[in-house]
Amino acid sequence: MGWFDRYRRGTFDRGIHPPANKHFSTGSDIEIVPCPERVVLPLQQNVGGPCTPVVKPRQKVTWGELIGRGEAFVSSALHAPVTGTVERSVMTTLANGRHMPAIAIRTDDPGLQRQDLWDAVFGGPWPKDCIGIYEPQQIHEAILDAGIVGLGGAAFPTHVKINPNPQKPIHTLVVNGCECEPYLTSDEQLMRQAPDAIIAGAFLASYAVGAQRVIIGVEDNKPEAAESLRQSVGRTGIEVRLLRTKYPQGSEKHLIKAVVGREVPLGGLPADVGVAIGNVGTMAAVARAVVRSRPLTHRVICVTGAGVAQPKNLLVPIGISIGELIDYCGGLTADAARIVAGGPMMGFAVADRTTPVTKGTSGITILTHEDTATAAAGPCVRCGRCVEVCPMGLVPTKLAQAARTGDLRLARRYNILACFECGACAYSCPARIPLVQWIRAGKAQVARSQGR
Amino acid sequence: MTMKASGMEKTDLKNASVDPTLTEVAPSPHLVEGGRTTRRMMIDVLVALAPLVGAAIYFFRWSAVRQMAICLAACLTVEALCALMRRRRPPLADGSAAVTAIILALSLPATAPWYAGVIGSMVAIGIGKALFGGLGMNLFNPAMVGRAFVMISFAGALGAAGYQDAGSTIDIMTQATPLTAFQQSGVVTGLADLLIGRTNGSLGETSALACLAGGLFLCLRRSAAWRIPASMLAIAALFAILQTGFTAQGWTPAHHLCGGALLFGAFFIATDPVSSPLTPQGQMIYGAGIGALVMIIRIFSGYPEGVMFAVLLMNGLTPLINRWTIPPPFGEQ
Repeated sequence: MGWFDRYRRGTFDRGIHPPANKHFSTGSDIEIVPCPERVVLPLQQNVGGPCTPVVKPRQKVTWGELIGRGEAFVSSALHAPVTGTVERSVMTTLANGRHMPAIAIRTDDPGLQRQDLWDAVFGGPWPKDCIGIYEPQQIHEAILDAGIVGLGGAAFPTHVKINPNPQKPIHTLVVNGCECEPYLTSDEQLMRQAPDAIIAGAFLASYAVGAQRVIIGVEDNKPEAAESLRQSVGRTGIEVRLLRTKYPQGSEKHLIKAVVGREVPLGGLPADVGVAIGNVGTMAAVARAVVRSRPLTHRVICVTGAGVAQPKNLLVPIGISIGELIDYCGGLTADAARIVAGGPMMGFAVADRTTPVTKGTSGITILTHEDTATAAAGPCVRCGRCVEVCPMGLVPTKLAQAARTGDLRLARRYNILACFECGACAYSCPARIPLVQWIRAGKAQVARSQGR
Repeated sequence: MTMKASGMEKTDLKNASVDPTLTEVAPSPHLVEGGRTTRRMMIDVLVALAPLVGAAIYFFRWSAVRQMAICLAACLTVEALCALMRRRRPPLADGSAAVTAIILALSLPATAPWYAGVIGSMVAIGIGKALFGGLGMNLFNPAMVGRAFVMISFAGALGAAGYQDAGSTIDIMTQATPLTAFQQSGVVTGLADLLIGRTNGSLGETSALACLAGGLFLCLRRSAAWRIPASMLAIAALFAILQTGFTAQGWTPAHHLCGGALLFGAFFIATDPVSSPLTPQGQMIYGAGIGALVMIIRIFSGYPEGVMFAVLLMNGLTPLINRWTIPPPFGEQ
């Protein structure tokens, strides 16, 4: 690989290069966490509407049984990740601070253990030329029934995305293997250890949406993951493409720009440029749902950072608490400062360790005091650094100013709603202004004023 | 971080394990780019000014040292006093007052009387900056506000003629500045002298090489927006070629670029982030505007040089330029 090849690799404009810090957990084999005594499943783990419980307290449920039904179109079903007894309804706190009713299940039978669990979820053979067996509608329904949401973090229900729409034909399925957040390694490790499930799922999803092409985008700091996928491609015709390592390459719109060369219109969807897109973990879940009729009950997650004793990649049941995972990884180190659900750029700092892992939790990053040390915010000197890095081409300091002064017209003129809070501006700001926080507040103000 | 568990029946919140030793919660992003602070940017400017300061001291000896000492002392004092009047901690550590002081000192002639530096500093920091609300709030470049004030107030001492001191022991101080010499008597200063700085002029502007070295450092460190000097110098060169043609004799475009305060202004005055536009496109327009105004003043007005007025005029346009150049967001057709 010469510099020229690197230069030609797809990317997007602007963005930042934070230290990757993947070394804590990169390349370490996915460990299977023992079945917890209790899981807590918030009724809304996805973008859209909550699900409605279909179980009662003291009812016995088995692994994979439906416990919550998605009623709205944009919502998803919930399944029991363990075999056990439903407890009386509880409230829990999500990583983002929202209080949410949840179904708690006390485990009666640990069920499949270790290698057996791995084999059931990711292992074993995955058919990669099974198109004739499953019809597109069948695949769509399997995804819907399995309660699959985007596992990259946004948790948008997958059946809404993998849904053939005659008005907006899809030509390309883009699979997101970028994992551009610093620290996180769960997707990378999944690509290295379960490429067959990802390829099979991508193939099925592409057939369901009628895409002629499938391109898996992987950042070029994960060559082993890309190679693992390439080995597994077989005769499916799926292309694995290396992209320049840059944050936020894993953002849906920026990945499409890098791979297909088209910009998703402001306020539009990937389907507007003929693309469907999903994360690698989501594709593996699709394969599992279609081929093995198993719902989404487990996911791969990394517990990483300098603040945890033994950083690891883990296969965990959804609903296990963050505290249990930290304990499994040897606990916190003495200088641990902040537990972040997700990566350090877009994740949520968690105060309560009973917070459960949800479908969208891509990792737990534990930062030290040294990592999070920052000076007090100073005045903006209008250096323009935030403008230079904003992947959406916005003027973050103006948005923050508009939010601070409550000037909603100014906020709209500068397209505040286009911001997806990637944090590139606040990361780069020499005055340490909490730009994302201001902009978030401004977006809420604008949304409220439009709702009226 | 304490969680309220009272009044919440049937909840898990009562069991919440909130660890008092690990209570940090903050909005994302949880990381910041190390080593890049406002203070670091100001220190970068001071480092970039070092070759200019060196050249000024080499050519103007004690007058340069004296001028910088006066401006530094006055600027820091005024900055501290203004902060105390507002009952705030004097923000001297951010380095911005020191930058203003050095740039103001370097933009004054070696002959400037002591009170020019003092009054210039008071106006620069007091009226140019503190009155607007301090760092980041001012509309105009503080150093240029101070300089404009003293230049107009003491036109005799600081006007074009004031640069000359026939009785000085330093040879170059007895001569006219290159631009004045050419404008009034058609005398063309040698290009080598302009590059090295062996001419009369404002303390920091004379050495083109020092300005280039410091300016490139600033741009490479990304502590100055490279688009401003680039567009400013490109437009100035274009005007110069239009005026003189591609000539190698007499006053050439190279003289226009290396003479006067054009390079000093392009790299150190126009690039003041606070008073220049935010957007890349706006920075190009702003730089081009300054370049054009400088050349118009040089060619058509009675002033030999116009960097100060050009910068101040474009400072006034900056809010408008920002508004004209709102970048189209990703995905806008």
